[in-house]
Amino acid sequence: MSRQRSNYENTLWRKFERWVNGEDNSSMEASEKHEEKIQRISKEQQQDVVDFEATAEDVNELISKEKKRKIEALYRKYENWPQTKGIKIFTGLYRAMAVILCACIIALLLITVSYLPEFGNANNPANNEVPERYIENGIEETGAVNFVAGMILDYRAFDTLGESHVLFIAACCVLILLRADKKKEDKKKEQKKNITCVVADGNDRIYEPKNDKILQKIAFILVPPIIIYGIYVVLNGHLSPGGGFSGGAIIGAGLILYTNAFGFKKTSEFFTYKTFSTVTVCSLLFYAGAKSYSFYTGANHLESHIPKGIPGNILSSGLILPLNIAVGLIVACTMYGFYSLFRKGGM
Amino acid sequence: MGDWLRFIVAAIFIIGGLIVSGIATFGLFKFKFVLNRMHAAAMNDTLAILFVLLGLIVVVGFDFISLKLLLIILFLWFASPVASHLIARLEVAVDKDVKDECEGVK
Repeated sequence: MSRQRSNYENTLWRKFERWVNGEDNSSMEASEKHEEKIQRISKEQQQDVVDFEATAEDVNELISKEKKRKIEALYRKYENWPQTKGIKIFTGLYRAMAVILCACIIALLLITVSYLPEFGNANNPANNEVPERYIENGIEETGAVNFVAGMILDYRAFDTLGESHVLFIAACCVLILLRADKKKEDKKKEQKKNITCVVADGNDRIYEPKNDKILQKIAFILVPPIIIYGIYVVLNGHLSPGGGFSGGAIIGAGLILYTNAFGFKKTSEFFTYKTFSTVTVCSLLFYAGAKSYSFYTGANHLESHIPKGIPGNILSSGLILPLNIAVGLIVACTMYGFYSLFRKGGM
Repeated sequence: MGDWLRFIVAAIFIIGGLIVSGIATFGLFKFKFVLNRMHAAAMNDTLAILFVLLGLIVVVGFDFISLKLLLIILFLWFASPVASHLIARLEVAVDKDVKDECEGVK
């Protein structure tokens, strides 16, 4: 066992601890001393005025009043300290530290930039045989005019499969955490009925303006072009910049806008929990099956019997177009699913 | 001569857009109430972007790219005011002190 120091109460650490805990050291000590003094005085006075017992009581009363006043004054003195000086010191320190930290990060980044390899230099480490092969043989081997689509959905399709699974797992976790339980909701409603008085839900959703005419008109005009644009980006993934992820995000944003304008009742006519799960699982299964087929037949499309088509046509580049569609469906469903789960805990 | 004229017109448009954007950003940090700040932020999404994209249209001339830029302007002029309108409605619905802060609200 560690031995406690005899003068523990007077150590610096103990004082600091007391200051942190709000037990004010100086005021306590002062009040104790003051009390002792008063007691001494009162004793002397009592000895002096033993004969006059009636006056002794008055003196005692006066002394206690004095004691109270002094303690209150001390308390007032230290009570306002955090509000007046403490906050000033803290904000000053905070600002100084923020500026110093920002300056340090900016300096660090600028130093790093000066060590980066020159843009477009032929001797850069990124310019090795891998991108050379992509650029030279990419169109031949994958049939996609867009090199990036060829890379992520053909050469490195395994990575993209993992990314789709990440999205799927994230959607599952959100579903586990946020899906509202029907039984529990019924119980809550019963409880509310029993209580009869209105309990504030702590929920901003009730204040939200609903059925906004302007929003509905604008959504009526904008949602179809947005979704058509998303479909265009998905289908043109192997010909132009874009692809499954970006196109799916655009479609999901269109769905979210539609929900915001017309409410969940309208979207639930065509997009329920069942459609969400079937579409996501089917696209993932299709992706995994198609890719494992091409891995099984030789990884580099040696004898996969999938026609490449003429590069530049919409129906070309083998598996990339269907894989883009699958990824787009997964992303769109996951985006909309996240939104509706966070908003109301269901679909 | 024509190239110079085009360059000057485009530069005027883009610099005007940047000035509007700067004023809007200043207002975003300067104003006290949500509705004022929202007005300043909406300037950024409509007028500043309109000027900058018009300048870019003048730069590229009239072809498919400038048509796309026009579509972007159209989309933003549809979407941004509606977003501001929704934020304003939510603010009026949620804020308890809104009557003290602005006169028009009943």
